[in-house]
Amino acid sequence: MIEVLLPLFVGAPLLLGGLLFVVPRRNPLQITVTMGSLLAVLAGAVLLLTVTFDGTVIAHQISLWPEGIAIAFVADAFSSLILTAASLVAVVSFLYMVSSGESKSPSIPALILILIGGVSGALLTADLFNLFVFIEVMLLPSYGLLIFLSRRENMAGSRLYVVVNLLASTLFLAGVGLIYAIQGTVNLAELAGTGNDPATAIATAVCLAAIAVKAAVFPVHGWLARAYSVASPAVAALFSGLHTKVAVYVVYRISAVIFEGNSAWMSAILVMAAITLVVGAFAALGESNMRSLLIFQMVSGVGFIFVGIALFTPEGIAAGITYMVHHMVVMGSLLLVASAIEHTYGSGELDRVAGLRTREHLVTAAFVIGALSLVGLPPFSGFVAKYALVLSSASAGQVWVAGLLVLVSLVVLVAMMKIWAAMFNGRRHSDVELLAAQERIRTRKGLYDNEVIDEDEALQEAARAVERIGPPRGIVGVDGDPHDHRGTRVSISLIIPALILGSVSVALGFGGELLVSLAEQASSGLIDTSNYVKAVIGR
Amino acid sequence: MSLALSIGLLAAAGVFLVLQRGMIRIILGFVLLTHAVNLLIIAAGGVSRREAPFIGGDMSLAADPLPQAFVLTAIVIAFAITVVLATLAVVGRGDDDTETEPDPPSIHEGSAEATQGGDVR
Repeated sequence: MIEVLLPLFVGAPLLLGGLLFVVPRRNPLQITVTMGSLLAVLAGAVLLLTVTFDGTVIAHQISLWPEGIAIAFVADAFSSLILTAASLVAVVSFLYMVSSGESKSPSIPALILILIGGVSGALLTADLFNLFVFIEVMLLPSYGLLIFLSRRENMAGSRLYVVVNLLASTLFLAGVGLIYAIQGTVNLAELAGTGNDPATAIATAVCLAAIAVKAAVFPVHGWLARAYSVASPAVAALFSGLHTKVAVYVVYRISAVIFEGNSAWMSAILVMAAITLVVGAFAALGESNMRSLLIFQMVSGVGFIFVGIALFTPEGIAAGITYMVHHMVVMGSLLLVASAIEHTYGSGELDRVAGLRTREHLVTAAFVIGALSLVGLPPFSGFVAKYALVLSSASAGQVWVAGLLVLVSLVVLVAMMKIWAAMFNGRRHSDVELLAAQERIRTRKGLYDNEVIDEDEALQEAARAVERIGPPRGIVGVDGDPHDHRGTRVSISLIIPALILGSVSVALGFGGELLVSLAEQASSGLIDTSNYVKAVIGR
Repeated sequence: MSLALSIGLLAAAGVFLVLQRGMIRIILGFVLLTHAVNLLIIAAGGVSRREAPFIGGDMSLAADPLPQAFVLTAIVIAFAITVVLATLAVVGRGDDDTETEPDPPSIHEGSAEATQGGDVR
């Protein structure tokens, strides 16, 4: 009975998003409706998870056309799990946008609703052409979010994002056309197992190549850092949980349903995954900005996740899915920490902001949880995920991959220590108050990042802030004491979203058994796709 | 055959234009590329049967309606994104050329400047 709700995951956010365009910009309805729908999607996803937890696959044939003719929406444990994680990241990112005031920019709440509608559609559809459409539905509001909230006067990053994604979408559409030419259908369930036919395999590979661009896999990962570093930090957090992970989801689904784990293709994916995770981790070391450093961790993380599907053992896929959920939560948390810092101090450059450790306790706590979880230390979710992944690679006979995963985790640790050493430890810069003041003025007036701010105005703003919170004891140069325990500048509401995701990571670490058992259920649905096929086309 | 040649020609011209620097050329390149893909989908449905489907007549001569529905959807989407691209060509200051790197703190320039700064210090 619950399957009739599936189209609502797509329809309701799209409809409400459309309606929000006619609601005045500052009307409280904007935020209430958006937050309400995001929470409803999250609740619905959890409900789906409880239904599909025992391996049930539910499907709804749109307009109740007969099975096989209708376009089906289908939910199994895998899609429900990813939808839950994605909507959680969306809820928390929107919470951040409300705190930072970004949600007041024109049409942002509406765009976010349309985005989540597209994401739900892409995760729930069982039709390749529909998948293309929903990926576009998901991308179009993203272009808007990227451009509206970007404070760069130079549009090069946004252009790059649009052009790369459009090129990948066009290629994906071509792949769908080729599949239709060969098989006469684009229904995933009817295509099940057709990957053993070489012509279909090549056509599907065109689709996979296009999706790999969106997932930012090694040879085509360069656009990600350039595009995401011009986005507003909160948007980067939102995209990291939704865009690349939807692409990863599609790779998992196609590899499992169409290729059925054909070993020739899977070993190709394994090599790509291995290169991606190494390249991402090392590229991060060369960055001098907290956000771009984290974005390369995203690239590296996609490599980790792909190891799971490439192994194509029940444990391997389960480990990959565990890692995927963990990565969505933790990257969201870390990027929101970066957002809070950038929003307050006006810069995420490693050499511009320092000494946060003694000054911003909550920010430090959120960063430490996120960083340790990303590296893979207990008791955080990263430990569960990485342990499962290393163990399953070793037991699948790929000992070199297991070794690589451990080595790369050390490189990730170095990257996190680089952030810690530069931004959290160290002496506070004497101009830090001025920077923060300039950022507040920019936010208030809606200026571009590179526009000059009147120096007197900034000095007055800084003086007011110092007066309000109490004179900092230790601005370097005044009395030589670098340790200032007063004067928190990051407001609590800005850091709470990151802490929420951080505590989810801790909860998933302690309750790792739940996550792993969910992932195992999802994995068994990918290994044996007969339930999925039966739900979609009824045979 | 003529269909295959047109697809090839459009794709080649599209790729050539997309690799240019100016935004307008890139947009035109995408217009051509999406045409190429649309023709590919039409070709996927077969072009020998051309009668209208569903409204009587001989079903063995009826064209496959599904690729046409695909193309219709794809055209609308491509049109929408072309508008977005065209907007991107005019908003923001400066010209529509993609020649300039993203301004710092971009990945490459940012780190390069940081190193230079270190040398000076």
